[in-house]
Amino acid sequence: MNRKRRRWVNVLLVILYFIFLMLPIYWMINMSFKTNEEILGALSLWPKNPTLANYKIIFTDPAWYSGYINSIIYTTMNTAMAVTIALPAAYAFSRYNFLGDNHLFFWLLTNRMAPAAVFLLPFFQLYQNIGLYDTHLAVALAHLLFNVPLAVWILEGFMSGVPTEIDETAEIDGYSFPRFFFRIFIPLIRSGIGVTAFFTFMFSWVELLLARTLTSVNAKPIAATMTRTVSASGMDWGLLAAAGVLTIIPGALVIYFVRNYIAKGFALGRV
Amino acid sequence: MEKKKSNRAWLLVLPVVISVAFSAIIPLMTVVNYSVQDIFGPGQRVWVGNEWFVDTVRDPELRSALMRNLLFSFEALLIEVPLGVLVALGLPSRGKWASLSLVLIALPLLIPWNVVGTIWQIFGRADIGLGGYFLNTILGFDYNYTLNARDAWYTILLMDVWHWTPLVALLAYAGLRAIPDAYYRAARIDAASNWAIFRFIQLPKLRGVLLIAVLLRFMDSFMIYTEPFVVTGGGPGNATTFLSIFLSKLAVGQFDLGPAAAFSLIYFLLIQVFSYIFFVTMKNAGQGDAS
Repeated sequence: MNRKRRRWVNVLLVILYFIFLMLPIYWMINMSFKTNEEILGALSLWPKNPTLANYKIIFTDPAWYSGYINSIIYTTMNTAMAVTIALPAAYAFSRYNFLGDNHLFFWLLTNRMAPAAVFLLPFFQLYQNIGLYDTHLAVALAHLLFNVPLAVWILEGFMSGVPTEIDETAEIDGYSFPRFFFRIFIPLIRSGIGVTAFFTFMFSWVELLLARTLTSVNAKPIAATMTRTVSASGMDWGLLAAAGVLTIIPGALVIYFVRNYIAKGFALGRV
Repeated sequence: MEKKKSNRAWLLVLPVVISVAFSAIIPLMTVVNYSVQDIFGPGQRVWVGNEWFVDTVRDPELRSALMRNLLFSFEALLIEVPLGVLVALGLPSRGKWASLSLVLIALPLLIPWNVVGTIWQIFGRADIGLGGYFLNTILGFDYNYTLNARDAWYTILLMDVWHWTPLVALLAYAGLRAIPDAYYRAARIDAASNWAIFRFIQLPKLRGVLLIAVLLRFMDSFMIYTEPFVVTGGGPGNATTFLSIFLSKLAVGQFDLGPAAAFSLIYFLLIQVFSYIFFVTMKNAGQGDAS
């Protein structure tokens, strides 16, 4: 009885939490279907005269939609690169003791902790000097700074959950290391790769400061497009809301694909 | 787990070290270079030694920004970690409701940070935002985050809770799902209370994921920039001027590269020290429980 009641309290908390979670998002979606006159007029809980005009502007104006394409390109590049180079490193951390391994691990983590504001200028100079300024590759490389440590950390947790007996059996059976790694090991930690890809995608997609500093036209991210257009044309709330709504969609697709990996559970070992 | 000793493992780690070092060490050296010089323009610079560092440590405005940021991180962690765990405990464990709630709960995480700021900027406005309208017109509060320092603080805090509790909840949820059913069955046979199940089965198993959650939340709340910048711009007055906003005012606004660089090195060091303390504490705490 008591246990059942407590269970209900918890469910109620979750329902309240979801209302809190969805309200601001709902409000933005609501605004995106309104004209500016309606937004600035009387407050209404849903659009009285729903309009797609805001979305139409975004989908027809290259200055807007190229921002989305740029963001998707560099985020995808970054995710692929981060996971690829983190895989062997995470394997090394989970299987071997080597000189300075713990220090190296913490050093990697410290790179997530650099305050962006002053590192922006050196980054700008560095990428300009090597001729990568305003390319997708520049942003993808720069985002490795905080995504690679995270990818190593998460993957290592998954790999520690795989018993070493599997490695030894494969060695006895005459598998070469690369063949063992790609044929046996990677399929075993598939869900770990999914979860890692989700987190790296997420942090690269939402980052604005570095992405804005390293690009000007050709690789300009959508988040930067939003800030500029707003200041130029006064406050176009409807358009801003529509652009905001569209920034949620790629992420929502990614989480949809990895939801089962998260639902399956992981505990993450290295502690 | 028995680990083999092998320095050849360095070969596997090498790509990671090179890629991170490329983006980490060269810019860091540049910042160190700025921090010991006074820069007037290209080619005009004077060596000033540790002057900027001394100034920075003595700056009262900076100290108050530091205290403000520490309080903010503390409050954010205090709310987000327990709330995230509670939400994770209440989420359905399987089926389509589980999928749906996972997708919904992750949404705030996937919104670019300046858009998060925009959402809350709009939501909190008394004229066009639901939240601000509700508080002002229906409940009759005098709520205005651009004028009232306390309102601004709680708006930013609520936004952070909205934005980041999902991260804790997702990680805790994944951690909970990794506990084998046999543990719960054993607990039921022992007639263990909910609290006992939580304390002796769930919490120890969540240690790994919670360590990541707490560290990520600490680092990111201590470096919070974009969201408060969009909503309040650090104001009213200095009420929401966190360290990184203060820093960017220094670096970009006044173009004082030397002090800004010295400050960011100190800032960087502070985050590392705190993170290291968290890391070691959580590594040791409950070591006995897990085994």
